[in-house]
Amino acid sequence: MPSRNGWWMFLPLVAFIGLAVLLATQLGRNTEELPTALAGKPLPTMQLPSLMRTGSEVSNDFFIGHWTLLNVWATWCPTCYVEHPYLMQLAEQGVRIVGLNYKDDAGKAREYLAKYGNPFVEVPADESGRYGIDLGVYGAPETFVINPEGEVVLRYVGELNDRSWQQRFAPVWQKEAE
Amino acid sequence: MKRLVLMLLCCWPLALPAVQDIYQFDSVIDEQRFRELLVQLRCPKCQNQAISDSDAPIAQDMRQQVAEMIRAGRSDEEIVDYFVQRYGDFVSYHPPLTPQTMILWLAPLMAMGGGLLLVVFQIRRARRITRGEDIT
Repeated sequence: MPSRNGWWMFLPLVAFIGLAVLLATQLGRNTEELPTALAGKPLPTMQLPSLMRTGSEVSNDFFIGHWTLLNVWATWCPTCYVEHPYLMQLAEQGVRIVGLNYKDDAGKAREYLAKYGNPFVEVPADESGRYGIDLGVYGAPETFVINPEGEVVLRYVGELNDRSWQQRFAPVWQKEAE
Repeated sequence: MKRLVLMLLCCWPLALPAVQDIYQFDSVIDEQRFRELLVQLRCPKCQNQAISDSDAPIAQDMRQQVAEMIRAGRSDEEIVDYFVQRYGDFVSYHPPLTPQTMILWLAPLMAMGGGLLLVVFQIRRARRITRGEDIT
């Protein structure tokens, strides 16, 4: 029998092993996180009202000349509450964080910052979610690293904490090759 | 009994889209384009749904955006490009052929080719056996 069928009798086995290896390597992958189409590109044109400084606008100029974290948050986002203390901690360490208030109610957002503390140097308000679409945001929280040239270096989806900071942010934060 | 089944079948709801928001367009063509774009764009939050099927807030925003762009007279291509620029190729259910997406396009062809070869081999072997040629 083996001599009759030859080598290709093992074909199903080989195919099975191949498929098993392929699936096994993909198992641990986080499919929630999509690659950003923005990496290396300038931050989309921003022209949003400031939540804290009524009447003034936040634009791209605000990002030029500094390394900045752009954190997308909202009071309706449960994970934002979880990561908030970590943002406070980062701010204390001198990390410059801009908090994009995404599709939120201005009153609630101000209350939130009064209650839990404000880690943000500026809070542009994207009430319609239009700027969120420009950024490719599909939920909150999301955090972007913006370099002093105003370009997007990294996009991170999910809770910002010590582990994600060490794994994802630390390697790029203020470490871009000149 | 038969009649009852028939009656129940008549009550069967035809597949209703999850989207119930009403969008007004100037023409039937625009409305048709809107529907087609909605199934061509993929919801980035809920991944295996088109934005027509999803109730995620981002899908609602995207539908709104598509409607506005159609009303503003933008072409289908411009609208899809708008989202691809922001969300990447992922957002389109018609991904372009790039080295990264090659496997998506080639895998079905390869599977079909493999299956065809298998069938051909089997037929040839079967013929040999019926002719009485023993190949052992």
